[in-house]
Amino acid sequence: MAKRPWSKLSIHLLLIGGGIAAITPFLWMISTSLKLPPEALKFPPGLLPHIPQWSNYLEAWREAPFARYFLNTIFVSGSVLVSVLFTSALAAFAFSWLEFKGREALFVGFLSMMMVPMVVYLVPAYIILYKLRWLDTYWALIIPWGANVFSIFLLRQHFKTIPRDLYDAAIIDGCSSFGFLWRVVLPLSKAVLVTVALFSLIGSWNSFMWPLVVTNSDKMRIIQVGLANFSQESGTRWTLLMAASTFCVAPLLLVFFFAQKRIISSFARSGLKG
Amino acid sequence: MEVRSKKNKLSPLFYLLPALVIIIAFRLLPILYSFFVSFFEWKIKRGEFLGLGQYWALIHDPVFWKSLLNTVYFVLGTVPTSLLISLFFAVLLNQKIKAMGAYRTTFFLPVITSMVAVSMVWKWLYHPRLGLANFLLVLVGIKPLGWLNEPTGILKLLGQGIGLSLPNWLGGPSLALVAIIIMSVWKGLGYNIVLFLAGLQNIPHQLYEAARIDGAGPFYSFRRITWPLLSPTTFYVLLMTTIVSFQVFTQIYLMTGPPVGGPQGTTKVIVYYLYEKGFVTFNRGYASAIALVLFVIILSLTLLQRRLAERRVHYG
Repeated sequence: MAKRPWSKLSIHLLLIGGGIAAITPFLWMISTSLKLPPEALKFPPGLLPHIPQWSNYLEAWREAPFARYFLNTIFVSGSVLVSVLFTSALAAFAFSWLEFKGREALFVGFLSMMMVPMVVYLVPAYIILYKLRWLDTYWALIIPWGANVFSIFLLRQHFKTIPRDLYDAAIIDGCSSFGFLWRVVLPLSKAVLVTVALFSLIGSWNSFMWPLVVTNSDKMRIIQVGLANFSQESGTRWTLLMAASTFCVAPLLLVFFFAQKRIISSFARSGLKG
Repeated sequence: MEVRSKKNKLSPLFYLLPALVIIIAFRLLPILYSFFVSFFEWKIKRGEFLGLGQYWALIHDPVFWKSLLNTVYFVLGTVPTSLLISLFFAVLLNQKIKAMGAYRTTFFLPVITSMVAVSMVWKWLYHPRLGLANFLLVLVGIKPLGWLNEPTGILKLLGQGIGLSLPNWLGGPSLALVAIIIMSVWKGLGYNIVLFLAGLQNIPHQLYEAARIDGAGPFYSFRRITWPLLSPTTFYVLLMTTIVSFQVFTQIYLMTGPPVGGPQGTTKVIVYYLYEKGFVTFNRGYASAIALVLFVIILSLTLLQRRLAERRVHYG
């Protein structure tokens, strides 16, 4: 379509314009995070800090127990990840390989859960957690997210592509069905397991409303809630807030840069099911 | 073989149990429980049975209607804008250009970033005295705006610009809500671009070549090839963006106010109202009623769009 050089050039110019719009807020965040407080309060603002104030990062880190928030987040996302992989692999295996009565009906029931947004069951889930005495504990952050229908769905789609002959051969050779799952199905599903893992990690790292509601003590806070809380305490100290925002998004952006192809294609494929 | 298969009778349950327990305890049970809770006066503990009383109160609650209107404003502001811009960039990215991957990654950056951090940054960008947004406006000769502090409707503001004085009820969403809309479009754009791009890449390239040989220009091929063949993707993106937009919470919670939902309640959206009732003023029965109304809205949108999609959408 675009044979003439000017038309390629104009496509690039439009895309560069869009790209600048996409990253300017990030650049502004980093620029502010390195300014002196009076520099940040200047209008018109300077685009870059006069002398980068790296100490802002240290100061922000010490203002609130961010180390604790990070450890909490790592522990919670790690536990959720292990649990999701475990529960989803088992359930997806049952839904794709084992014969039992009501299998399809149960699967449709599972899928219908996916249509219910979290805010719909947040209040009753809170009451249930209250009755379990799980509020403000790791249990409340981990267990309810330890299984999800979307992961089961993704894994089942993949498991169904594995040839039936493999199963029959394995069973005849005396392999148990669990052995088949462990030794044949899972090794053949590495790519989709990585997709499930990435979705789980991104979801845990960025989750906000649930941890906001089910925890209230400082020592149970995870990173996003900690950052939100810090924003109320830091008030108008924008340099510190921007420094804190930067180190809170940095780990995930790092993961993104290493796995960008896989992450983007996972998101793209997750959409095509519709 | 016989023995083994009999022994396996129990095993499907063993495989399903872990997921089943969690999903029943923390999805199915809460969903059913929310109906129950919504029939009671429920502050910290369960109180008097009200039947449909909460719902009756809800339809007579002006704050509920106001927050529903604000949510609809948000959805109508976000969804079409996001769809148009993301389709535009996806079509550009699909032109076999160099550095396509780099552009795509750049556009995707806001998607992967947490809404909390992004809200902090945009609140700073919108700062009425010190923000980059106003700096850019001053640069092009427009006087600075109040952004998140501005309760005046956007249509009214635009009207003032051309010397037209609109009444308040025709003012549309406040500038504060528009600021949130702009930020939300920015945040979600990359995801929609990636979805559209995947849809575009599924359209066979030969179609475009054949059209070109027949003398069709780029706009004609877009209208006659791209648009109809892309319609399943378009419907999916439309549905997902709408559903997600109806649940807007984090950016409202973190960027507006104090009090949240300000200025003058013009950014109070339905999920925030639910949160306020459920977890600030501890009226859990009322919050559950709001949650179920929201669920009915989202569910009917899903079903409506599914039905429309089946009838109209061209599956290529």
